[in-house]
Amino acid sequence: MKDDANAVRNAWVCWLVMVKLKLLSATLATGIFLIADKRNVASLLILLLVTNAANAKDLDINDWSSIEDLARGETVYFNAWGGETRINRYLSWAATTVKSRYDINLQHVKIADTAQAVSRVLAEKQAGNNTDGAIDLLWINGENFSALKQNQLLYGPWAEYQPNFPLVNADRFPEMREDFSIATDGLESPWTRSQLVFYYDSSVISGPPLSISELLSWAVENPSEFIYPRPPSFLGTTFLKQAILELSDNVAALYLPVSASNFDEITAPLWEYLDALHPNLLRSGRYFPSTAADLRRHMGDGEISLALAFNPNEAALAISSGELPKSARSYVLQGGTISNVSFLAIPFNSPHKAAAMVVSNFLLSPEAQSRASDPVHMGSTTVLSIEDLPDEARKMITAIDYGSAAVSIDDLNRKLREPHPSWTLALEQAWVQRYSAK
Amino acid sequence: MLRFAYYSVIFLLTVPLLFGTAIAALPAFGYFPSLGSNEFSLFPWRDLIEVPGITQSIMVSLLAAIVTPLVALVLVFLFLASASGSKLDVWIRRLVSPLLSFPHAAAAFGLAFLIAPSGLLSRLISPGLSGWERPPDLLIVNDSWGLSLLLGLIVKEVPFLLLMSLAALPQINPAQRIKIARSLGYAPVIAWLKVVAPCLYPLIRLPVLAVIVFASATVDVALILGPTLPPTLSVRILSWFNDPDLSYRFLAAAAALLQLLISLAAVCAWLLLEKLAMLLWRFWLDSGNRASAESFFYSIGRCAMPSVLLVIAGSLVALLLNAFAASWRFPSLLPTSWTLRHWTSTWNELLAPLANTLVISISATVTALILVVATLEFERRRRIKKTTALWLLYLPLLIPQVVFLFGVVVLAESVHWQANRSLVIFGHLLFVLPYVFLSFSEPYRQLDPRWSQVASALGASSFKSFWRIRIPLLLSPCLTAIAIGMAISISLFLPTQLLGAGRITTITTEAVALTSAGSRNLIAVWAVVQLSLPMLGFMTALFIPKLLWRDRAGMREIR
Repeated sequence: MKDDANAVRNAWVCWLVMVKLKLLSATLATGIFLIADKRNVASLLILLLVTNAANAKDLDINDWSSIEDLARGETVYFNAWGGETRINRYLSWAATTVKSRYDINLQHVKIADTAQAVSRVLAEKQAGNNTDGAIDLLWINGENFSALKQNQLLYGPWAEYQPNFPLVNADRFPEMREDFSIATDGLESPWTRSQLVFYYDSSVISGPPLSISELLSWAVENPSEFIYPRPPSFLGTTFLKQAILELSDNVAALYLPVSASNFDEITAPLWEYLDALHPNLLRSGRYFPSTAADLRRHMGDGEISLALAFNPNEAALAISSGELPKSARSYVLQGGTISNVSFLAIPFNSPHKAAAMVVSNFLLSPEAQSRASDPVHMGSTTVLSIEDLPDEARKMITAIDYGSAAVSIDDLNRKLREPHPSWTLALEQAWVQRYSAK
Repeated sequence: MLRFAYYSVIFLLTVPLLFGTAIAALPAFGYFPSLGSNEFSLFPWRDLIEVPGITQSIMVSLLAAIVTPLVALVLVFLFLASASGSKLDVWIRRLVSPLLSFPHAAAAFGLAFLIAPSGLLSRLISPGLSGWERPPDLLIVNDSWGLSLLLGLIVKEVPFLLLMSLAALPQINPAQRIKIARSLGYAPVIAWLKVVAPCLYPLIRLPVLAVIVFASATVDVALILGPTLPPTLSVRILSWFNDPDLSYRFLAAAAALLQLLISLAAVCAWLLLEKLAMLLWRFWLDSGNRASAESFFYSIGRCAMPSVLLVIAGSLVALLLNAFAASWRFPSLLPTSWTLRHWTSTWNELLAPLANTLVISISATVTALILVVATLEFERRRRIKKTTALWLLYLPLLIPQVVFLFGVVVLAESVHWQANRSLVIFGHLLFVLPYVFLSFSEPYRQLDPRWSQVASALGASSFKSFWRIRIPLLLSPCLTAIAIGMAISISLFLPTQLLGAGRITTITTEAVALTSAGSRNLIAVWAVVQLSLPMLGFMTALFIPKLLWRDRAGMREIR
């Protein structure tokens, strides 16, 4: 180790001299020597950086007040999809509240795709960073959860120790313990429910299509009136899953891991369907919006009259913010639509696990959940079991009126389960392969 | 001390760039020890060739790299040829610095709001002229050949090349040249093109090459205006780099190297174009032609700059309308109701990124200014020739950002260097330094040396004469350099995004993130904030000397 350090120091000196002499190629070569050897990189690290001592405090998860004590003064980097302004604003309210109540600095790191955060945790693991990760809390579900769980990159189990966890009544609602058919094992805490809904402008069309196959014939009769976001944005991918659930003869296979042997056969009807649908979309399949918000803009501009969303209250919310005309209405397809729960998880190397748990427990509280349900704020559907709530919170949530653009509770009962998470990536890749280069 | 500053400038301009590029190159050949790959191989390149639509991505990048500088240069030259000395010229000269400070992202948003099927232009002709009751189904923004991307780049690069030309023109004494050509019977525009243009071009060649590289590798403008199916190569590099599947890093590295090759190929193609243009010019000069096509060139030249201005003004109007519109359905030209809600509701979210933006831009600019002044003073005292380091200054502008920043991030990751604000400031410094140097060096070198000599003769130390004589005399260009440096820093997207790992948010990164996430109103609010910051900077730079020297007419004349 000592010799290594000497070698590196000599190399550095050489290198600085060469920089001085403007011997560029030599500088470059020494530079490469310096980085090529992994051990030297380690020595370099010692020479160059003062590393923070790892936060090695032990957590006693059975004693919640000790966790709250440990959490005081910590900063939580919460990596959550930043693609919706309402949600971002809700999280900035949460940040102010946990600051005043628990003295926690909640920093919302807005990411475009949760996969980016998964990538970061994996990269940190590869680089041997086991104690000082950049992410403390993660909004996650499906294939991203599955990837992290499989690689044992999550801290836990912790979710069911939260004082507020009993409020979701997981015995009655098994989806609180199951994420895209993968058991959560207490590694993630439920945060919000989503369901695919369609919305349309009732001043332009009166009878919107009620199934995926009707959608095609409707689009052929009304060209340029519909478009969906491009996968791998989650709304676009959910549209693919919704379509294949209706079009496939072998639905059972979609709830099992995807295999190379059956993928082409099972997805054939989907591609046939999309090939027929695309020429009738807005911009004839040469362009797809990137997110739900982007899609909403096309509807707000009056370019299309039918769109989709992953929040049952989206149209109602967009009307109140002036983004959509008052004539917008939403509905669920006759055979039901995909619904899921999304969760909060803590990476294995988070340096602020205690504070992350306190934030998660706060976001699960009746107070935070009822505010999240309020259309003025976030307008999401709560994961709490409404019957089990204290009176005040129950009244608050049941009293919310989403207006005429909301989907009725009966409609929302027509739910389809998410396919196995492995289908997500496979469908996305196949879509990109087929349609991303026209 | 001064010597230290001099060498650290050289260090900053070369080492991170070449180091970063070299590191980015290793995974492209399969070498990436932290992913367990210790052997060199060509598999990333094989994968890259098989990526769907890669040829299209490359073609769009190349097209942007050649067409942008070509059109921008032609417009600037024809404008200078036809408008020199006119009222239009004076007017444009005043506008050029503020125009240059218009950040790329804000300009791109404004342009998108202007030309989209539901944009301002389409509303202007609807339903009266076009008969459109609903927006037409036309693929204008994000079109597959990147034409709107081209337009956005041209509109931004014309002011840049114009400013560079205006700065270089005094060196070649155009008035005298034109006088001689005129006395030989050449029409004014033809005279300019024949005797001034060939001497001016070599002086602005490096900026033109910088435009080529920027156009071929831009990320933020391409995210907003560029094609999506498939996106440009630079945008794809960013998404592969962020892919959860770490094996995509190899592909990203190969693509980054390919990006470097594309920029290089575009530069080579440009050099060939130069040769061709030189032949044509010589033929044209030899022909002795004195007046034909004069009025053609004249009318293009006179129209060019006002049309660019109109596009920018239209974009600005579109941004402002969106930032205050409550309800604005197609096809009404103006919003039917107005609101401040977009501003009041955003205010809280603006504060943290605003603070970051200011801290980062001020730290980077002040550091750059100190290094630049120390370097210039070192040069002056040692009588070092100024030309030696010019290409060095352009190095950060000649290597595509996405290539070497990629390497810098990989290096930082492999030594566990946590992304933080100082890393971002360091990244910004690399880009701010050249601009501060370019804008401050000429006034500094041109300041009459006799001022300092008089001070020394009166017994002042060199330290005292520097602070009491040189700096006050150079206050105005110094403030302009600060304003330019801050404007550059404020507009940087990729260095903040990559080096800050998304944790350090600035006005620019938040605005670009809204591209896909926000309503048009919110995007407009952020874009207006983004573009008003540099404007404020330039206004302050103009105002402070006026205030300080309000009683000293003589000081006001020193530029």
